[in-house]
Amino acid sequence: MADTGLPEFLEDVLHDPDGGAPRERIRSARARRDRPDVVFGVGLRVAAVTVLLIMTTIGLFLFYRGSIALGQAGPGFLTTQEWDPNGGHFGIAAVLTGTLLIAGVAVFFAVPLAVGVALFISEYAPRRIRGFMVNLVDLMAAVPSVVYGLWGLLLLSEQVIPVARWISASLGWIPFLTIPDVDPNDPLATETVYKSSTFLAGIVVALMIMPIVSSIMRESFSQAPAGEREGAYALGATKWGMIRTVVIPFGLGGMIGGTMLGLGRAMGETIAVYMIITPLFEIQPYILRSGTSSVSALIAQKFGASTPFELSALFAAGLALFALTLVINFSASAVIARTRSGAVSDA
Amino acid sequence: MTTTTSRPTTRTPVADAGPEVRRATSAGARVDRIVLLGGLASGISLAVLLSTQVLTDPGPVGFVVVAYLCFLAVYGVLVALGDDLLVVRDKIAQVVIAGLAGLALMALVYVVLFTLFRGRDALVNVNFFVEDMSNAGPLEPLSVGGIAHAAAGTMIEIAIALAITVPLGITTAVFLNEVRGPFPRFVRTVCEAMTALPSIVAGLFIYAAVILGLGFDKSGFAAGLAISVMMLPIIIRAADVVLRLVPGSLREASLAMGAGQWRTVWHIVLPTARSGLTTAVLLGTARGMGETSPVLITAGFGSVLNLNPTSGPMVSLPLAAFTFSGSPEPTMISRGFGAAAALLLLVFVLFALARVFGGRPAGDLAPRQLRRRGEESRRDAERFLARRDRGAGS
Repeated sequence: MADTGLPEFLEDVLHDPDGGAPRERIRSARARRDRPDVVFGVGLRVAAVTVLLIMTTIGLFLFYRGSIALGQAGPGFLTTQEWDPNGGHFGIAAVLTGTLLIAGVAVFFAVPLAVGVALFISEYAPRRIRGFMVNLVDLMAAVPSVVYGLWGLLLLSEQVIPVARWISASLGWIPFLTIPDVDPNDPLATETVYKSSTFLAGIVVALMIMPIVSSIMRESFSQAPAGEREGAYALGATKWGMIRTVVIPFGLGGMIGGTMLGLGRAMGETIAVYMIITPLFEIQPYILRSGTSSVSALIAQKFGASTPFELSALFAAGLALFALTLVINFSASAVIARTRSGAVSDA
Repeated sequence: MTTTTSRPTTRTPVADAGPEVRRATSAGARVDRIVLLGGLASGISLAVLLSTQVLTDPGPVGFVVVAYLCFLAVYGVLVALGDDLLVVRDKIAQVVIAGLAGLALMALVYVVLFTLFRGRDALVNVNFFVEDMSNAGPLEPLSVGGIAHAAAGTMIEIAIALAITVPLGITTAVFLNEVRGPFPRFVRTVCEAMTALPSIVAGLFIYAAVILGLGFDKSGFAAGLAISVMMLPIIIRAADVVLRLVPGSLREASLAMGAGQWRTVWHIVLPTARSGLTTAVLLGTARGMGETSPVLITAGFGSVLNLNPTSGPMVSLPLAAFTFSGSPEPTMISRGFGAAAALLLLVFVLFALARVFGGRPAGDLAPRQLRRRGEESRRDAERFLARRDRGAGS
């Protein structure tokens, strides 16, 4: 090989013994994994698949157990109001309506409260009070549902009666806020029609879902970028003007997602609702009137003494609830995930 | 060259200009506070007037609502006297938001105090904590019988649930943070959707799979499994959020030093997030402990102390509170409130523990941890020095 005056390593490249083009070998940038890492990676995936398996078998098992009843009821399962599996006449029309109405009332009360709490924590509260309020909201989420149920049953139910009577007297022209055959202005009328209503159950459930709704909203509010906030202030906005034009538009996804997640929670709430309501198996659109029902309360109530067929019907009802909450929660978490980046923090 | 025009120059302050008055830069001026208090006083007075003279007895809830609306109206007018509409809207928004936060606070205090207050009759008896209900019929006074069986049941069930959810949940959370690609995203979406799994459905699932499918009895073990199904997504999501806060630079530093993925997770990621993970687990425990509906279906109900989770019914505190309060007897309802209050106190203790042990952002150390970390570093330095000296000696 002639001496070209090049360094040795370049010669090797330029004057390939094969006489072909210079060889290019791209070095693999992939890390070589040693054995502990391989075992670790497999372990992680096994755990994830296990969790996924548990979550997916829930639906399968409910479907398997409920299929007998579903097969017998057919599409009537969705339209029948009564619950009499042994008589062959059962469906979830009434309980599903009740579930949706209770959840609707709960969301109606919980969302303004949650927006207020979230905005207060993320925008208004001084630093010390902020930590305190965050703890408080977390604590509210941790209070057992049976405690809320006791409170709603033995304390709130008395205090809600005058409110319900007042609403029905002054807003009775809204169709679902009236009670047929009852005159709210008659001071001597019995008050029991206002007891254990959808309205009361909804208020109690609202308190139970408020913390989760509020903490998701707070998370998305606090992500509003500081540059835009300062820009709004620099243009002369008041604090509220800044919140209205920067914080709320940035947090809108979180607000919607949080509300939907709250709706899902509210529909699954069992014990507090079961303790408060008087079960009723017909569609009851008057939310102030005593008597309503929900899918979860139905399951809790009828589970005690049941024939295998009744059990199967309950599993079918559980499957319906599961499917409904799953659809709502999936869309909620999809909305929330779009607003939140999954990137590793660089702090 | 001399100039006659005066050019701007810097002057030292004159010594005898008197003491400087510090300008107030705080946003909340004094007059704002006075206006707020005035509006509050006037709103309440107006509400008293309205509810006694005009409205027909609105009840305590109604009074608060009326008072708040009056306050808003008066406050708006007061602010409008001195400022324009923009400021009025700002101030009204502020008091509305603070009012909503206050309402949430009041609701929580109301719920907690009511439960503790109604539970006081049962809680003052020592036997309430050490006896079970085997000797206490529905008509016995509160000095007989207690909730020892339910407390033991709660502990056993939650221990079973923790034994399952902590390893599985944290491993899955690590998976979500360490593995990239579409699969972890899918698992994360499923887990997030499952955090709102109706708890009664978790109970139904375990009933279908374990009691009907595998032939177990209604027992503490089945209840523990049902609580696990419910707690698992909660712990995964909380741990996932905490692990995501571990700074990427720490992880990269560890990888750059030649550590593999396993060593990075075990020695860097998990210790950094330890306090947050503790909080996640404790809060998940508090949630799992308070669940009634999965236990209602899977645990069965008995009144005798049962320490064996594999056979026989096992009562837990929320189930006991639920069952007692369904009775028409006042003493049983008192017991129900007692059990609920005991459960609430247990949740508070867990919560306080979570705040003491955890609650710090990733990498932020308590003083004691910082001291220990410093000592470790010093020992390392000594070890390195000793090694260098040995190397130099040989």
